Amino acid sequence: MNSHPMPEFGSFSLLLALMLCTYNLVAGAWSLWSSRKLVGGSAEAAASSRLQETARRAGIASFVAVSCAAFALVWAAFTNDYSITYILHHTNRELATAYKFSALWSGQEGSLLLWSWLLATYGFVLRIRHKVDVRLSAYASAILASVQVFFLLLLNFAAPPFSIEPGPLAENGFGLNPLLQYPEMVIHPPMLYLGYVGFSVPFAFALGALMMRYPGEKWIHITRRWTMVTWMFLTCGIFLGAHWAYSVLGWGGYWGWDPVENASLMPWLTGTAFLHSVMMQEKRGMMKSWNVWLIFCTFLLTLLGTLLTRAGLVSSVHAFAQSSIGTWFVWFMGLVLGVCLFTFFKQRDHLKSENKLESLVSRESGFLFNNMVLLAACFTVLWGTLFPVLSEYVQGSKATVGAPFYNRVNLPIGLFLLLLTGVGPLLAWRSTSLRAIRRNFVLPGIAVGLSAIGLMAGGIRPWKAGDDWQAQFFSLLAFSLGAGVITAILSEFLRGANVVRTQTGAGLFSATGTLMHRNTRRYGGYLVHFGIVVMFIGIAGGAFNQSHEQEMGYGDEMKMGPYRLVCLSYTQDSNPNYDTDYALLDVYKNGKKITQLAPEKRFYHASQTSSTMVALHSTAQADLYVIFEGRNPDSNHPIIKVFLNPLIAWIWIGVIIVVAGTLFALVPNAIARRREATQTVALPVVAEVQNA
Amino acid sequence: MLRRALSLLLVATLGLVLLGAGEQDPSARFGRVGHNMMCVCGCSQILLECNHVGCPDSERMIGELKDQLAGPSGAGADSLILNWFVAKYGASVLAAPIRGGFDNVAWIVPVAMFILSIFGTAILIKLWTQRRRTALVGATPVPSRANDELRARIRRETEY
Repeated sequence: MNSHPMPEFGSFSLLLALMLCTYNLVAGAWSLWSSRKLVGGSAEAAASSRLQETARRAGIASFVAVSCAAFALVWAAFTNDYSITYILHHTNRELATAYKFSALWSGQEGSLLLWSWLLATYGFVLRIRHKVDVRLSAYASAILASVQVFFLLLLNFAAPPFSIEPGPLAENGFGLNPLLQYPEMVIHPPMLYLGYVGFSVPFAFALGALMMRYPGEKWIHITRRWTMVTWMFLTCGIFLGAHWAYSVLGWGGYWGWDPVENASLMPWLTGTAFLHSVMMQEKRGMMKSWNVWLIFCTFLLTLLGTLLTRAGLVSSVHAFAQSSIGTWFVWFMGLVLGVCLFTFFKQRDHLKSENKLESLVSRESGFLFNNMVLLAACFTVLWGTLFPVLSEYVQGSKATVGAPFYNRVNLPIGLFLLLLTGVGPLLAWRSTSLRAIRRNFVLPGIAVGLSAIGLMAGGIRPWKAGDDWQAQFFSLLAFSLGAGVITAILSEFLRGANVVRTQTGAGLFSATGTLMHRNTRRYGGYLVHFGIVVMFIGIAGGAFNQSHEQEMGYGDEMKMGPYRLVCLSYTQDSNPNYDTDYALLDVYKNGKKITQLAPEKRFYHASQTSSTMVALHSTAQADLYVIFEGRNPDSNHPIIKVFLNPLIAWIWIGVIIVVAGTLFALVPNAIARRREATQTVALPVVAEVQNA
Repeated sequence: MLRRALSLLLVATLGLVLLGAGEQDPSARFGRVGHNMMCVCGCSQILLECNHVGCPDSERMIGELKDQLAGPSGAGADSLILNWFVAKYGASVLAAPIRGGFDNVAWIVPVAMFILSIFGTAILIKLWTQRRRTALVGATPVPSRANDELRARIRRETEY
């Protein structure tokens, strides 16, 4: 019998991790249950506390065990261990090193292991930082352990990544899916998973806080950074995926409303709603039940996303990951929903709002509208994703719900959201006076009107666009509203900076810096809003996309917008991993050569599949997007398809601004630091006075 | 002043909107109808966006679309051409549910949800605020210490 040390080590690590997590869950839950009525300092309380500590340490040890399993799989990929079925099916000897690493998440078993490892990592950080609130952390740790037990059960029994391939050892593997052999694919899935899995932490804290009837809103302060970091990872993951689709799939777009894309968007929408509405709970003790359900739904949607891609319920380009584990997810989701419902109804009196809304025109109402719009968008996406299943059930035939549906339904919702992005921050808490409305909204209103007139004068006239009138109308609205929101944000910065200038006599830039430093959360939030507007502008540019397809021989020319493309040559090449067929095109603008592009088509030997490599010339005005479609079998000339995608670069710039804004909002602000410093000095003095 | 500025903006916008009559581009019909159908090769892409080399279906379907546009169906509505494709390839050839009947539900439900959520929220807030005002009418005046606490709370709550 052959020995397989690495797969055996990996399998053993997974089994050990399952035992440790089960102990964490059972011992942790038992200690919390038994200590709920114990008086601190008693022998029973001390024993319960010790048990709780062992549970915490088991959780930390489970991180080590899952890390060992993940290491074993990556090691097997690097050492071409084709005795493991997973490695045989997802790598080959010629695969570049970085892509061997990405083999970890290129298939079902590996991606589940990555999920489990990230969950273990988050759990590790949570358990290490347990002193922030020992009891609440213990609840959160036990809840995270229960989620981890589910994933480890899957990895040990339903989708084991270390299964041994029967028969003689293969010389080479079947290779990685060519679509995944792209630099962004090395970071897109981990980012997305960091976002997906990360929502388990605020979920665990929220459920734990509800279970123990946690007093006050401290759990929100504890989880604020977790939620923001998670949201940031999910944002990065989604847009890296969009950029990958744009650069690799070669259809000229970046978002196809594929069920898997939708699955990642839904928790992002509810997570965004949570980030906003949680401020109402923090500040005014309102919307407690709403917030709890937002985070429950966000977590459930991450599971639903996994179910949609794994169970084969809906067809998707990510179908490579389909399997029978969908049933496991259905049961687990049912269990999670059951626990959430039970806990909510048992403890709902704890979630009574401390305040009521005082005016329709207030920051609180703005948040509520924002939440409703985000949830309406989420519902639309969910509805569109599941409608094919529903229509098959009702009509007997599956309807396709593609991009035309989502674009038509979601565009008005998105524009309303854009409007709220500008309006919300200008409203005061509790109630906004008519005078304040006039003062705050005049400039943005004028900006909207002027930009609309300017754009119409500049040539955006939907009523003359024929069939494209809808797209042009919505883009006109998006540009105009965008101008209004940017003006609103700038006026907020300017107003605050002027106050600081009056106080300190500093210059405008220095005053703006001081202002932002004083309240990083508020101004980081404005930066995020600014980034969202920039993204909307980039998306709105899509209304003016152009494309043209042409067969190009030596010296042939093609015109596209301001560009002229000349075919210099076309040839074929080969390396151990793939054969390539490409054309060399000189690109001219205003009679001057600006760049050379080489779109190619690759044929991967191991997987026997072909893939497009898009050639891209990106500027702030537009992307010149060139695809090598293939060759005309009669003339052997390459067929080149060219897209001119205006403003698309602004989408990626917007994402960078969103990430920068989120990072800035994570920095502790000057006011909070000063308050903390005051408290550390004040407390002992108070204590001394009391003792005296 | 503000009213005058808004009136000017409105007049200028209307002036621009009324400039020129709408023009119809007949060649855009091919793009419009083609973008309302999916390629049936299993790639889950819009017909005119399918970029598979040697795709067994898209080239033929695009040819059929051109034939339909040039033939007798071309003179009628887009739905005639789409119906021809549905009859040949099944309902899944349509990029969106537009067959009428139960397909209408796909469009109505999200729009209804959106409208309901916006107007429902507005009505709910209005009701809450009215109820709060009614409750405040009968409330006793707040003592000065409570006022201080209230001021501190307001400061805390309206910090950002």
